[in-house]
Amino acid sequence: MSQNKRAASQNRRSQVVLDEDDEGSLTQPSVSQVHKARENFTPVQVDRKVAEVVQFILIKDQKKVPVRRADIVKHVIKEYRILYQDIMKRADRTFEQVFGLKLVEIDSKNHVYILTNRLEQSRDEPNGMCPGNTKTGLLFVILSVIFMKGGSVKETLVWNTLKKLRVDAGEKHEEFGDVKKLITDEFVRQKYLEYVRIPHTEPLEYEFRWGQRAVSEVSKLKMLQFIAELHDQEPQSWTLQYREATSTENNLR
Amino acid sequence: MSRPMGDSHKRFLQTMMRNGIISSVQAKALYRHCCETHGAHYLPDKLEEFIDVINTTLQPMFMHIRKGSSEEDGAQHYALVNMAETDITRMSSDYADNELELFRKTMDMILDTENGIVSSTDLLNCADRLQTKKMKKKETEHVLNKFVQDKWLNEKQGEYTLSTRCIIEMEQYIRKVYQDLIRLCYVCHNIVLQGQICENPDCGIKMHYYCVARYFKGRIDPHCPSCSIFWAHEIPEIQSEPQSQSSSARETATPAPSTSTTRRSRRL
Repeated sequence: MSQNKRAASQNRRSQVVLDEDDEGSLTQPSVSQVHKARENFTPVQVDRKVAEVVQFILIKDQKKVPVRRADIVKHVIKEYRILYQDIMKRADRTFEQVFGLKLVEIDSKNHVYILTNRLEQSRDEPNGMCPGNTKTGLLFVILSVIFMKGGSVKETLVWNTLKKLRVDAGEKHEEFGDVKKLITDEFVRQKYLEYVRIPHTEPLEYEFRWGQRAVSEVSKLKMLQFIAELHDQEPQSWTLQYREATSTENNLR
Repeated sequence: MSRPMGDSHKRFLQTMMRNGIISSVQAKALYRHCCETHGAHYLPDKLEEFIDVINTTLQPMFMHIRKGSSEEDGAQHYALVNMAETDITRMSSDYADNELELFRKTMDMILDTENGIVSSTDLLNCADRLQTKKMKKKETEHVLNKFVQDKWLNEKQGEYTLSTRCIIEMEQYIRKVYQDLIRLCYVCHNIVLQGQICENPDCGIKMHYYCVARYFKGRIDPHCPSCSIFWAHEIPEIQSEPQSQSSSARETATPAPSTSTTRRSRRL
């Protein structure tokens, strides 16, 4: 039985030249190779792989950890790697059609993916079924500051803004714990923020920008409308921001 | 895919994924909320059909929204379960090896009791004999607490029981691994851990407390529905009507809302 299996897999390997690199770097298979591979696996087998990939990415996403292609190949796709493109395309379609999520490649060199939400946050979910909203509030403030200041801000500006809201990055906050860690580590890891060194600064200075997840999940127009409301003005009075918000809005969803 | 999912279905599913389990009262409110948010037609008594659409689409993913009852009061709940691995591997991404072993031991002990309850003392003792890696008392308490927060176990005054989510999600696993130990309720035919057992050793049928309460409601002289011997237990009061609108009684079946803020999968 096991010999049969081995023979079968060897057979497959001789038919389609597989990339043996376990890091999952794939050489683009030729069209005929893919055709042959499709014949080697039954539709049921491929369906199952798609389901496994979907589950794998969903589990990673629970912790908002970006997923590397290498890990998807190594842990899930394995010997189906020649069908990688097929499988990922179908997984992506599933995320969109079933879960209202979208698979976004945030690093096209190392092939790193995150799942972003295609459904807008709703403010009033019933019966307290939406935990963790306090952090969203903090994040929203930071994203607003960055957006209104043209896309990137020095970190000192963020810390000073938060201090005015009685959130001190140097102190332990009762709701957020270690505020600095939450912002520069957790939000960064989750790709809501980028925290990068400003080159040629002495002493070292860092700045914040929007992370990939924020770009694809947060509506700049809604944010501007909210800020405008706070200031009792029209969103259009911030010409630059309004132009950017309306132009990105069309590409967002 | 017979009927395609609308955004209202997707939102419902996303909330299910975030929560793992919700009470039927919450499910009804959520169903309404999802329909209203996305301008979908809302029909108050069509929740089951709404969930059916989601389940049909979820089928190829080996996931399913399944209905089950709380062992404490019979209140109905909906849990999102994984059909591909209905065993403990479902939890494995969140827990270390020795934590999983502790959970397996906990299940072993609970399944081995007559009333489905195990004391914290027994659990702390068994944590000292874990094969993967022993746990100190403090650590064990912390891990047990995490199981409760993640809704795998319930805890009341130092006594642990399997949660509704755990029973719904792991039903297949429990039926397979503990097939010699599990008992099915004489009334509702589901797995029963917490319940009453007929005193007649030749009969020994088991019933959920809430099934006992409903079955013997209004009877002064209760007898076993199987062997007709006198039912020598105190008959519990009916805690809540399963289809009633009062949410207060049912909310207590799920862990108190205060735990939700510290839960594992925080979503932004």
